[in-house]
Amino acid sequence: MGEILTNAPAEPAGAVTYATADGLLGGVWLLVAIPLVSAAILLLLGRRADRWGHWLGVTAIGASFVLGLTSFFQLRGLENKSVELSLWDFISVGGLHVDFGLLFDPLAAVFVLLITGVGFLIHLYAVEYMAHDEGRRRFFAYFNLFVAAMLLLVLGNNYVMLYFGWEGVGLASYLLISFWYGRPSAATAGKKAFLMNRVGDAGLAIGIFIMFATLGTTQYDEVFSNVGALTGGTVLVLGLLLLLGATGKSGQFPLQAWLPDAMEGPTPVSALIHAATMVTAGVYLIARSNPVFSANTTLQLVVVSVGALTLLLGCIIGAAKDDIKRVLAWSTVSQIGYMFLGVGLGGGAYALAIIHLLAHGFFKANMFLGAGSVMHGMNDQVDIRRFGGLAKHMRITWITFMMGWLAIIGIPPLSGYFSKEPIIVAAFEREDWTAWLFGGAALVGAGLTAFYMTRLFVLTFHGPKRWTEEIEHPHESPKLMTVPLILLAIGSIGAGFLLSTSVPDWLTATAGLGGEHAEHDPVLPHLVITILSLVVTVLGAGLAWSLFRNGTATAPQPAGVLVTAARRNLYTDAFNEAVFEKPGIFLTRALVFLDNRGVDGLVNGLAAAVGGGSGRLRRLQTGFVRSYATSILTGALLVVAAFLAVQAGWLA
Amino acid sequence: MSELKLPSIDYAALAPILIMLGAALVGVLVEAFVPRHRRHLVQLSVSLLAVLAALTMVVLNADDRLITAGSAIAVDGPTLFLQGAILVLAAMALLLTGERAVERGGAFVAHAAITAESAEDRRQAESAGGTTEVYPLATFAIGGMLIFVAANDLLTMFIALEVFSLPLYLLCALARRRRLLSQEAALKYFMLGAYASAFFLFGVALIYGFTSGIPGRSAGVDFATINAAVNESPASRVLLFAGMALLAIGLLFKAAAAPFHVWTPDVYQGAPTPVTAFMAACTKVAAFGALLRVFHVAFASASWDFTPVLGVVAVLTMLVGAVLAVTQTDIKRLLAYSSIANAGYLLVGVLAPSKDGLSGTMFYLVAYGFSVLAAFAVVTLVRDGDGEATHLSRWAGLGRRSPFFASVFTFILLAFAGIPLTSGFTSKFAVFGPALAEGRAWLVVAGVLTSMVLAFPYLRVVVMMWLSEPGESTPTVAVPGGLTSAALMIGVVATLVLGVAPAPLLDLATGAAEFVR
Repeated sequence: MGEILTNAPAEPAGAVTYATADGLLGGVWLLVAIPLVSAAILLLLGRRADRWGHWLGVTAIGASFVLGLTSFFQLRGLENKSVELSLWDFISVGGLHVDFGLLFDPLAAVFVLLITGVGFLIHLYAVEYMAHDEGRRRFFAYFNLFVAAMLLLVLGNNYVMLYFGWEGVGLASYLLISFWYGRPSAATAGKKAFLMNRVGDAGLAIGIFIMFATLGTTQYDEVFSNVGALTGGTVLVLGLLLLLGATGKSGQFPLQAWLPDAMEGPTPVSALIHAATMVTAGVYLIARSNPVFSANTTLQLVVVSVGALTLLLGCIIGAAKDDIKRVLAWSTVSQIGYMFLGVGLGGGAYALAIIHLLAHGFFKANMFLGAGSVMHGMNDQVDIRRFGGLAKHMRITWITFMMGWLAIIGIPPLSGYFSKEPIIVAAFEREDWTAWLFGGAALVGAGLTAFYMTRLFVLTFHGPKRWTEEIEHPHESPKLMTVPLILLAIGSIGAGFLLSTSVPDWLTATAGLGGEHAEHDPVLPHLVITILSLVVTVLGAGLAWSLFRNGTATAPQPAGVLVTAARRNLYTDAFNEAVFEKPGIFLTRALVFLDNRGVDGLVNGLAAAVGGGSGRLRRLQTGFVRSYATSILTGALLVVAAFLAVQAGWLA
Repeated sequence: MSELKLPSIDYAALAPILIMLGAALVGVLVEAFVPRHRRHLVQLSVSLLAVLAALTMVVLNADDRLITAGSAIAVDGPTLFLQGAILVLAAMALLLTGERAVERGGAFVAHAAITAESAEDRRQAESAGGTTEVYPLATFAIGGMLIFVAANDLLTMFIALEVFSLPLYLLCALARRRRLLSQEAALKYFMLGAYASAFFLFGVALIYGFTSGIPGRSAGVDFATINAAVNESPASRVLLFAGMALLAIGLLFKAAAAPFHVWTPDVYQGAPTPVTAFMAACTKVAAFGALLRVFHVAFASASWDFTPVLGVVAVLTMLVGAVLAVTQTDIKRLLAYSSIANAGYLLVGVLAPSKDGLSGTMFYLVAYGFSVLAAFAVVTLVRDGDGEATHLSRWAGLGRRSPFFASVFTFILLAFAGIPLTSGFTSKFAVFGPALAEGRAWLVVAGVLTSMVLAFPYLRVVVMMWLSEPGESTPTVAVPGGLTSAALMIGVVATLVLGVAPAPLLDLATGAAEFVR
C-alpha cells in the first residue's frame, strides 16, 4: 500500500488535499475552546471572579500553549502535514455548505505557537500591569476572547470560519481599545478602529460571496484547487477584495489610520493585538490565500505596492512622533508593510514574510511591553521628550528594550537581521525595473527604521533627564513584568536565526507555500545588498544618535514641510476627512433633509390628508335622520344607476 | 274548491329556529306569570338554555343538506355554519346582557316608559333592577337571524329581516343611563331600518316581475326560480338589475356598508353596550349570511354584472370606515367605524365567487364576532359614577390603573389591526387570499391600504392607554362578574386560538361552503 502511494502520480498542479485529524490532533478544537470557556466564565461570573479571574485567564492561555506545542510536535511526525478536523455543519442552506472545521497545518501551527506563546507572556505581564485597575477581570475576559477568536481565525478550514474569527478579533480589539471607555479619546479610538475595520471586513465578506458565487464553496482545499479555472478578471477582483480586508485588519494603506489611535488601549493590548498578532492577520490571509494571489501578477504587484508604500509611510510618520507608543505603532505599520512586500513578491518570499511576522511578534511585543514598563515607572507619561537617562534607573527594561531595538533595525546576529534582510534581497530579485523601485523602497525603509528607532531609544534611555516635576525616582517594574520582558528579549535575539533556518522547510508542507521558487539573480549581488542595508542602518542610527544624544526640546519645535507633514500623518487623516468623512456627513445631512422633508413630508402629508378628510367627512354625520335618509337615498340612486349602467354596457 | 296541499316540513331541520321562537314565547309568558324578583334569573336561564338547545340541534343537523317548508328554508352547510356562529356569539352577548355585578340592576332601564332625565329616571338609574323583557326580545331576534341565514326565498328573507330587526330597535332604546341618546338611537335605527326595508321590498317586487314568463315555470321569488330567470327570462333586464340593486341596498344597510352605514355610529353609541355587542357580532353574521346566499345562489349567473358595483361599495365602505375612525373620540363610535370598515373587508370575501371566498367570509364573520364581543365587554367595564366612560380621553393611562384589562384590550385592538398571531390576521388572509386568486387585486390593495389607515386609531388608543399618565378623570375598571368574565375570556381566547391555529375552523368552514340550490 505504501509503495502504491509513493509511486502514485503527482497530484495535478494546484490540487490541494488535507488529511483527517486523528489521535492527539483530534483535540485541536480545545485550543479555541479553552480560552473561550475561560472568557465566558470570567464574563458570566462577574465580580465573584474578581480575586482569581486574572490567573484563570493566564492559565487558560498557558494550557492552550502547551496543547499547541504538543500538537506541533505531533504534526512534525506526520507524512501529510495538513490535517483537517470537521466538527459539524456550520451553515447548510441550499447550495451553500459551510463546515465548522479546523485545519491544522504548518502555517496554522506557527501562528498557534506565536499567538499562545507570546500571548501567554503578555498575559503574565498584564497580571501586574493591570493590578491596580478595577476592571482587571473584564480585561482578562476580553483578552481570552481575543485569543480564542484569533486561534479560530488561523485554524479555520474555510473562509467563513476565518471570517468568524476575523470578526471575533475585531470585536475583542474594539472592546480592548476602548477598555477605558470613560476616556473620550479611548472611546473615539475604539470607534475609529471599528469603523475602519468595517470597510476592510466588507471587502473580505464580498470576496467570500464572490468565492461562493463563482466556485460554489468556501473550503480552502476546494477554493485553492479550483481557483485556476476562474477568469483573470474574477481572480483580480477576488484578490483585491481579500486585500482590502487584509489592509483593514493590518493597518495598511489606505486603511492604516486606526492603528496608531488604537494605542489608547492598555499597553498589553497594544503589544499582543496591535503589534504581535491581530494586525498580522492580513498577512496570514494573503499567505493562506497564496494560490489566489499567485494566480494573477497584477494582484501581486498591487500587494507589493501597498507594502512598499506603507512601509515608507510608517517610517516617515514614525520619525516625527513623540508619543512612545505611537512611534511603536507606526513602526508596526511599517514592519507589516515589509511583510506585505514579502507576501506580494510571492514564491519563496511568502516564507520570508512569515518569518518576519514571527520575529516581529517577539521584538515588537518586547518593545511594547518595555514601553509599558517605562510608563509604569514614569506615571503613565508617554511623551519621549519627557524621558531621558532612564538606563540607570530601569536596567532590565533598558537592556531588553535595547535587544528589541537592535533586532528591529536589523543588526546581526539579532533576529531582525535574519528576517528583514532577506525580504530586501527578495525585493531586488524582481525581473524588471520594479526591482529597483521596491528594493530601493525597502532599503530606504531600513535606514529610516534605524533612524526613528534609535531616536526613540536614545531619547528614552539616554541623554539628560527631561522628566516632569512630580517624578523623583523612576522605579524598575516588578518581577512579573520583567520576566516576560527577559524571555521576549531572548526571543528577539535568537528567534530570527532559528526561524530563518527552519521555517521555510517547515512551511513547504502548507498548500502553495512550498511552490517551486524560480531563482532569479538579484539586480545587485547578494553581498552588495547586505552591505548596503547594513550601511544605511548604521547611517540612520548614527545620525539619530548624534542628533539626540544631548536630548531634545520638551515642546514641539517649528519644523519644515516634511516634518510638519509627518507629524500630521502625511495628511492621510486630513485626506480621509476631506474625501470620505465630509462628503459622508454631507450625504447624511442631505438624506436626513430628504427624509424629513420628502419622505416624512409625504407620510405626514398623507396622514394630514386622511385626518383632514376624516374631519370633513365627520361633518356629514350630522345626527339628523333626514340627512341620513338623504344619504341613503343618494347612495341607492347611485347603486341603481350603476347597475343599470352595467346592464346598458357602459361600464363593462 | 281544490284541496289545500300543505308542503312537507322537516321539523328536525327547523328545530333550532323553532326552539328560539318557542323560547321567546315562553319568555313572554314568564314576564306575565313569574314574580318580578325572580324574572331575571329565569329569563336568562330560559334564553341561554334555548340557545344551547338550538346549538345542539345545529350540531346534530350538521350533515343536513335539504330544502324544506316548501322552498322557503334551505338547511345546508352555510346555513348550519352561520346558525352555529350566530348561536355561539348570541350566547356570549346574552352573558353580557345578564351581567348585574358590574352595575346594580344591569345595563337596562327598569321601565322603558319613565320620562328620561326626570327624578324618577334618576331613581331607577340608581337602584332598580333592569327590565327583563330584553331576554324574549333578544331571543326573538336570534330566531329571526336563524331564519334570515336559512331563507331560501326573498319573502321569507324579508319576514326574517323584520323579525330580527324589530326587537333590535326596541333593545336599542333600553339603556339604563343616557336614555335620551339611547331612545334617539332606537328611533333613528327604526326609521332608517323601515326605509331600507322598503327598498328591499321594492326590489323583491321587481325581481318577481322579472321572473314571470319563463317557459315551464311560474313566477316566484324563491332562489331557484330567480336563478333560472337570470339565465332564461324574456323580461327586461332592467327589472333584474334595478331589483338586484334595491335588494342589495336593503341587505347592505343591515351589513353597515357605505353609503348605507350612516345609522351605525349613532346606534352603536346610543344602544346599551351588550346590545351593541350583539348587533356588531350577530347582525353582521346574519346580514352577510343573507348577502352570501342571495348573490351566490340567486344571482350567481350575474356575478360579472354585480361585482364591479359591489366592489366599489366595498372599497368605499373600507375607506369611510377607516378614514372616519381616525378622528373619533368615543370608543363605541370608534368601534362602530371599525365595524363598518370590516364590512368592507367582508364584502371582498363575498365577491370572491369561489368556495374559498365563501369559507373565508364565514371564517371572518366568526373571528370578528369573537373579537368585537370581547372589545365591547371591556367597554362595559371601564366606568365611573355615571356609567361607562366611553370618551377616549378618559382612557388615557388606563394601562397603569388596570394593566390586565388594558392588555386584553390592546390584544383585541391588535387583532382588529390584523397583527399576526391574532385572528384578525388569519381572517383577513382568509378573505384577501381568494380575492387575489380570483383576480380582484384592486380590492385587496384597497383592503390593505385601509387596514394601514385603520391601524392608526387602534394604536392611538393603545398609546393612550399605556404611554399616558393616568389623570384625575381616568375611570376605574370595574371588577367583572362571572358572566362578563366568561364572555370576555371566550372572546380573547378565541381571538388568540383562531390566530395561532385557525386550521380546524377553516376546515369546518371549507367543509360547509356549499349551498343547496
